[in-house]
Parts: sequence; structure tokens; C-alpha cells
Amino acid sequence: MSITSRFWISLILSLPMLAEMILHPFGWMLPGGEWTMLVLTTVIMAVSAGPFWQSAWASFKKHHSNMDTLVAIGTATAYFYSVYAMITHQAVFFESAAFVTTFVLLGQVFEERMRNNASNAVEKLVNLQAKEANVMRNGELIKIPLSEVSVGDLIRVKPGEKIPVDGVITNGSSAIDESMVTGESMPVEKHTGDRVIGSTVNSNGTFLFKAEKVGSDTMLSQIVELVRKAQNSHAPIQKLTDQVSNIFVPIVLILAILTFLVWYVLLGTSVANALIFAVSVVVIACPCALGLATPTALMVGTGRSAKMGILIKNGEVLEAVNDITTVVFDKTGTITMGKPAVTDIVGDSQRVLSLATSLEADSEHPLAAAILAKAKAEKVSPTAVTDFHAVEGKGVEAIVDGKAAFIGNDKLLTDDSVSADLKQRAVALQAEAKTVVFVGIGDEVIGLIAIQDASKATSKEAIAALKARGLKTVMLTGDNERVAKAIADQVGIDSVIADVLPADKANRVQELQKTGKVAFVGDGINDAPALTVADVGIAMGSGTDIAIESGGIVLVKNDLRDVDRALAISRKTFNRIKLNLFWAFIYNVLGIPVAAGIFYGIGLTLSPELAGLAMAFSSLSVVTSSVLLNRAKITSSVSKAV
Amino acid sequence: MLRILVLIIGLLLIGFITWWFFGKHAIATETASVADDIQQIDVNVNGGYSPERIVLKRGVPATLNFTRRDPSSCLDRVVFPDFGINRELPKGEQQSIQIDTSKAGEYQWACGMDMFHGKLIIK
Repeated sequence: MSITSRFWISLILSLPMLAEMILHPFGWMLPGGEWTMLVLTTVIMAVSAGPFWQSAWASFKKHHSNMDTLVAIGTATAYFYSVYAMITHQAVFFESAAFVTTFVLLGQVFEERMRNNASNAVEKLVNLQAKEANVMRNGELIKIPLSEVSVGDLIRVKPGEKIPVDGVITNGSSAIDESMVTGESMPVEKHTGDRVIGSTVNSNGTFLFKAEKVGSDTMLSQIVELVRKAQNSHAPIQKLTDQVSNIFVPIVLILAILTFLVWYVLLGTSVANALIFAVSVVVIACPCALGLATPTALMVGTGRSAKMGILIKNGEVLEAVNDITTVVFDKTGTITMGKPAVTDIVGDSQRVLSLATSLEADSEHPLAAAILAKAKAEKVSPTAVTDFHAVEGKGVEAIVDGKAAFIGNDKLLTDDSVSADLKQRAVALQAEAKTVVFVGIGDEVIGLIAIQDASKATSKEAIAALKARGLKTVMLTGDNERVAKAIADQVGIDSVIADVLPADKANRVQELQKTGKVAFVGDGINDAPALTVADVGIAMGSGTDIAIESGGIVLVKNDLRDVDRALAISRKTFNRIKLNLFWAFIYNVLGIPVAAGIFYGIGLTLSPELAGLAMAFSSLSVVTSSVLLNRAKITSSVSKAV
Repeated sequence: MLRILVLIIGLLLIGFITWWFFGKHAIATETASVADDIQQIDVNVNGGYSPERIVLKRGVPATLNFTRRDPSSCLDRVVFPDFGINRELPKGEQQSIQIDTSKAGEYQWACGMDMFHGKLIIK
């Protein structure tokens, strides 16, 4: 029988006893008196409270106990004592057993509903998927179920349709609403060659795209998987309740027996009064509120942040965010756009660019891409080089036309090779936040190339928001000190650690950890160690898979302002967990002594019925408080906070 | 006289509760049976989990068949935090849960309220 029907049965059968309780002072008597009460309560005990007994007994045999143990013992004590009292013509309290059962079931009915509410965020995400796709097969468009779409398929999407899987547009353009995945409310313009994300909604154009990721590889599936894991993860704070829940019920039973002994043996009250106190103790204790406090809040918090495009991987991360004092940023691609461009060439520009292009033709460095792009625009083509090798964190060297040539930063240089004039020019360019590379052949530096990677428009606001939170901001970069400083000044970062070799990033983070907990924000492959070492690793969504894998928080939108939002929602969720635990503990710590009659002297006591009501609502209030996290205001000083 | 007797019974009861719940008792442990390269094990959910400790072989796909017989809503979900699994267990229905056995280790599982626990050992 369902909990709901058990509740209705016990409620209806309890009503006559409630009427008797209220109307008794006015002279109304329940027809049949105690006999009616006996019959009504017996039915409630057998039908509505029976399952409590079943469960309690099954646990007992395994040396376990749970909330049902308490409810079963509490109601049975009241019931059987009343039967005994009836036989010996003393006052009965059948109604206690009946009301406690009703209240506890009422609490469970609500709680069940709320718990389902808390856990359905993931299902909602899964339901976002399109069901079918229009796929080009043998030159014809046919409609096939989503599960039959494979990598390489050409798929057509019409206005208003959902994009079925991840891929790249091959023909056409459109504005696409990506809010369900990234949380970004403005539609994004996409053209041929741009990536589209499965489950996002096409608004105005028709286009063809090639499927690249299907099934469990799509971004949405990955997000769903991440959120599912996060929602069911353990927060370290839960260890406490894990321990408590194991010993909670037996201890309450012992306290109840002690309560009875103190009242009956020491204070000499009647059996009935002593029993009422003991039953109240058993009934008011609620281990469920403790057990529900953390998981429900975690579930709602991580689900809500996922909707904002912020993926928090687990409860551990959520808890760590709370103690963060410093936020460290990688520069390229995190604070800056990650698309460097050549701005100045000093020296014989044709010769410098030509040599630079030859040297960088095979390099994978982002700065090389900038130089090659410039060369393409100026129609400069590379000459062949031999003996090419990259010097990590410094530059590259090779043989061009029989002479040793190089391109790289000042670490690659020997002091005397640069003229004083070039040195000055370099310093001036660096002060403008431009990265300077030296180009040389033989022993002589023939020129400079200045490359600039502009900071993102939103970086300044993002940093300001973090500083408003009282956090220290640090920028970590392989770039030259002056360039780094110039960028840092533009966006308002407190301090700069420049000239860091890629392999050293993690070490620098560890050094910063000596003074407090550190969050690291980055996106590249070389950021992965630092993301792992940091107390909280925040990976930008545009980043490489390995960076996303290493991060504890992933920002889908690639918007630096989300760092602040991520911190805000993590803190909010963790504070809610603490609040829940606080109430759950306080409730038990205060409730049990009151129920035991410690404050009898000042007239403060709890009847078993009230204790049952309180118990029912303690776990309900904890779950409600978690569900309300969905509505709570997330205070972040960055604009457009969701 | 009666009160002394009640006192003694009460104290005995406390002693019994302490021994029964806190004393050391054997934990039901079972190793999954392997057939056709799949290992399966039935878990009965009634006042806890039996068996409470399950040993699985590494690398062999595993299925745990949970059947809840307990009416308590305490046990109406089973959660494996390490695997991201949170499954509802409708009373009396067998629910099969696939476990990824590629990594050896000890993994806890718990009921939805984190009151009842079980342990999975993959080796």
C-alpha cells in the first residue's frame, strides 16, 4: 500500500478521536468511548503503522535501526500500554498512537514529493534532446530516430527545430539559441564552419551540418553525466552525519529508557506519565533530517548551476570553494581572447617577417599562428629550414641558408646581441601589453615583432567582482613581466607572476597555497597540472578536453564573469547545507530534552502527538529549504546575474 | 520493590541495545557469480542490504539486481556516489544496476537518506 493511502486511512480514522479531544470539555463523548478508540486505533496500527513494524523488524535482525524503528516503538508503546490501562481501568492514550502515525505519514507524503522535485533536474536535461533528425542518405533527406544518427552524417535543420547532435555547419547560417546548454540568453550567430551544439534550438535560418559527436559523446550527454555524478557525490561535511546516523537510533532508545527510569523510579510518577515522556523522546528524534540535509541541497545546487552553464563536479569542490582566498588566472585564452595578432614589426619588416615565417612555419605555438597569419596577409612565403628545434618556453632555432637563425623571447638571447635601440623599442612595446619576440640570424638580432593578445571585454568586470568579494587575484603567465603587468593593469589584477615556464605553473600554484586556498582558472593543456593541484580548478569551456577533465568546475560559456557566479552559487549551496545541518542538529538537540521533560519545572513539555508533528516537519523543512535553493537569489556583482 | 525490578529490567534493556547495535557482528559478504563473462548478484533490500558487502572481479561487467521488500521510504533509493548512480527502487520490483568494474577499489553505496550502507569491493 502506498504511503499516501496509508496516510488517508489513518487520518480518517483519527478524526473521531480528534473530535473527542476537542469537544470533550464541552461535554461531548465519543459514542462507544474507549471501545471505539480501541477499534479505530487497532485498525490504524495494523494497516497504516504495520509497515513501520515490518521495516523496523527487518532492520533489527540485521543489527540496524532507522526512523521506522523509532516510530514503531513509539506508537506500539502507547498502544499496548493503553490496552493494558483499559483492562486495569486507568486512563488510556490511544489517540497518541493514532495521531503520531498520522503525522509521521503526512510528513512522509510531502517529503516524498519534495525529494522527487529535488532530483528531477537531470531528467529535464535529458528531455531537452531532439527525438529525430533529418539526415542526408543517398542524396535524399530522410527522418530517422536520434539513436540512428552516426558520425559524418549530413543533417538539415529548419527554423524552430532542435539541432540533434554536435557538429560543424557545412552550408547555411542561422542564429541559434544555446541557452539550455550554456545559460547564455542571447542567440548566437553561426555560419559555415562554426560548431553547433546538439539540443540547442535553431531560430531563423536553415542549414546543413555534419555530425561530429553522437550518442554519449555529445556535449549535452557529457553535461548530464557530470551533473548526475555531482548530484550524487559526497560532500566531506557529510562524514559527520554518516557517523551520527549509525549510532543515532540506538542512543535515542537508550535515552528513552533512561527517561522512563528517571521519571518512574527516581521521581515516583505514575507509569502512564513516565511512559508519555519516554514515548515523546522516541517520537521526536529524527535521524532523517540529518541524512537529508546534505544530499538534497547538493542535488538542487548543482542542478541549478548546470542550468546557468556552470558545471560543479562534486560536493568536495563545492565545499572547497568556501575557503578560497586567492584566484589565480592563466593569461592566454582566459583573461585574453587567446587570438594573438601581430601589431608592430621593428627593423626591415620584409626581411624580419620572412625569416620569422620560415622559422615558425612548423611551430604549433599560438604566437607562431599570429606571425603566419601576418605573413599570409603580406604575401610573404617561408623558405626551407633545417635542424628545427623548439626551446621550451623560449622560442625556436633552426638553420636558414646555412646560418643559425632564431626567434624567441629575451630568454633566448645573449646580452650583447641586441642593440640598445632595439632594447628600448622592446621595452616600450611591452609596456603597451604587447609580447615582443626577437628575430635573429647568426649573432645579430635583426628585428622585433610585437604581438598583442587583447584582453576579453568582460575580464575587467569579472576581476572587479572577485575583488569585491575580498579575493586576491593573481595572473600567471609565461610572458614577459612588462607585458603581463600591462595586461594586469588593464583588467585590474592585483599581482603578476611572469616568466613562468609551462611546467612550473603547478609549482607556482603550490607556493601560493602556502598562504591560503587557491582557485586556478585556465583552459590549455599546459594548465591541466595547475588545475589539478589547485584547491579548486576552474576550466574554461572553450578549453581542451584535458583541461575540462582536470577542473573541478567547468564554465560552459567561456565567460570569465562566470567565475564569480560559480563562486556565488557554490557558497550559497554550501551555506544551505550548513543551515540544514544546523537546524537538523538543533532540532534533535533541543527537541529530545524537552520531550524528556527536563523543562517540566517551568511548564514546558511535549505530548507524543506534538512530538510526532515536529518529527514529521523536521525532515520536510530540510527538504523544502533545499528545494528553495532553486529560487534563492545568487548575489554576484557582475551584470546579468542569472 | 516493583520500582527496583523495573530499574533492573530497564538497565538490562539498555545493555541489550548496546550489545545488539554496537557490538561486533558478522557482515554478510558475497562474491558475485560469473557466467558468460557477466557477473551477477542479487541484493535483497529489507531492513538494510543483504549481502551488505559484495566482492566483484575487476574487468568483468557486473550487474547488481536490487529488489526492495522493505516498505520503508528510507530505502526507496539506492545511491552509488562514485558511479553517479541514483536509482529508485519500487517495492517488489527487481532493478538491475550496471557497475563499471574497470577500476579496482572499495566503493560505498547508501540509501537515499544515507542511513543504510553497503560496500562494493572490486579486485
